[in-house]
Amino acid sequence: MDQDDRRGWTLLAPPFLYALALLAAPLLTILVFSFWTQDYLTIDRTLTLANYEEAVTDPLYRQLMLRSVTVAGLVTLATVVLAYPVAYFVSFHVDPGRKSLWLFLITIPFWTSYLLRVFLWKVILGYNGVLNSALTGLGIIDEPLTFLLYNVNAVVITLAHAFAPFAILPIFVALEKIDRSLLEASRDLGEGRLRTFLRVTLPLSMPGVVAAVLIVFIPTIGDYVTPALVGGPGGLLIANMIQTQFLGLNNQPMGATLAVIAMLVVTVIALAFVLVTRRWTRA
Amino acid sequence: MLRAYTLAFLLFLYAPILLLPVFAFNEGTVIAFPLDGFTTEWFGRLTTTPTLHRALANSLLVATASAVLATALGLMAARAAVRYRFRGKGAAMGLIMLPLVLPEIIVATSLLVVVVRILGLPLSLLTVVAAHTLICTPFAVAILNASFSNLDPALEEAAVDLGETRASTFRLVTLPLIMPGIVASLLISFTISLDEFIIAFFLTGSDPTLPVYVWSLLRFPRELPTIMALGTILVIVSIALLTLAEWSRRRGLRRTGAQDTGGFLAQ
Repeated sequence: MDQDDRRGWTLLAPPFLYALALLAAPLLTILVFSFWTQDYLTIDRTLTLANYEEAVTDPLYRQLMLRSVTVAGLVTLATVVLAYPVAYFVSFHVDPGRKSLWLFLITIPFWTSYLLRVFLWKVILGYNGVLNSALTGLGIIDEPLTFLLYNVNAVVITLAHAFAPFAILPIFVALEKIDRSLLEASRDLGEGRLRTFLRVTLPLSMPGVVAAVLIVFIPTIGDYVTPALVGGPGGLLIANMIQTQFLGLNNQPMGATLAVIAMLVVTVIALAFVLVTRRWTRA
Repeated sequence: MLRAYTLAFLLFLYAPILLLPVFAFNEGTVIAFPLDGFTTEWFGRLTTTPTLHRALANSLLVATASAVLATALGLMAARAAVRYRFRGKGAAMGLIMLPLVLPEIIVATSLLVVVVRILGLPLSLLTVVAAHTLICTPFAVAILNASFSNLDPALEEAAVDLGETRASTFRLVTLPLIMPGIVASLLISFTISLDEFIIAFFLTGSDPTLPVYVWSLLRFPRELPTIMALGTILVIVSIALLTLAEWSRRRGLRRTGAQDTGGFLAQ
């Protein structure tokens, strides 16, 4: 061990051990836990695949899992597509001295009153809500729209709102790194604005898009507040079931199994996505 | 076009927050349009609710402790990451930064299992602090990484050459230069912890934090206007804290002579 090794590890030891004890060890525990079973209040510590078997065969769990992945996918798509122009605008059309102010304005809502933000979407989308009042007031519709709240749409809108800054920032960083002279070169060589964007800017910003996709897709699967408040019975997701298993039904090993499966599913999808885009951008 | 779109997007981002004060000052008890009239009654009610004060005190305690711990851990991790090259650094940093992308429910359930089932300890504000420290540390590392990266190593070398020890160099040269980063990290971590619900809901015992308390009230329509008033105050406090953090971050950049490239997470 040289000096850098020793000094580096001495400094890194406390945060690393903290993460090891409070993150790595609990994650391993929950993995082991998912192979146990619970009968009433006693936990049977025999390792078994019974929970996994139930999770894959029970139609309710399968439906919730499928819906969660679909919702996470839709939220990711909506967030990234809506966020890209914003990141592009801040990177290319905002005066360099004012960029951080714009980013600051974009990130503020992300850090404030998460719970009430979700609740207020209920107020916005509800039968007597802001949107319906405005639309009927303007004479655009006669009857309030009912497809807005208490379904999967509401969950997607609310989650897309919550994760927007998470998508904008990595795309912005990738766009900032693009050497502007490459764009000039493309224009000088006779490519139009659109083709320059499609053939130079977009491929070069792909690492940011990939990062945005991962940073939105993976955490979305773990949100139980949004479905509980705006999803209605048809909009509940796997995270609600995990929460119920842990705190309500008190079948914690089953909850652990569902959590492990959810993590596995999103990780596999995320890895597949990374591999596909990597191949695609290279070609 | 692009500018109009971005402004519309900002309106979308701020829509829920802008509605908070509208209903907080609305006389009607139903959170819907049309509005009824102006009142400050709901704000008055906040001062006479002891359970709320208790929850607020809990949250302030948890947020302060989490912010201090996360910043201390972040300081060590960021310093090690920027200053030294050593084996295993990437993997270790990866684990420390993992909570940034991990679904919060996974953090919450795994800690719940360890605390209650394995260790057999009761849930309390301490378990919330432990978890909040874990999820705030990556943000602290991100902010402090930038502070350390912008630091000119020549300044520290000069101090050592002039006879200072490594410890006194850190105290006299490094610390003052990264102080704005530390302040920003403290404020951001505090704000995150103050607002965090998903994990706190799993790990609080009988003593709720403010978001857990608010969640318990959301089921009672009668309480909603008061919650709107509370939310209005919290949003103002959060924005003030974040503005202070951003100001401190920029001051730090100016002090080290670095170019400002963007927000907290965009470095």
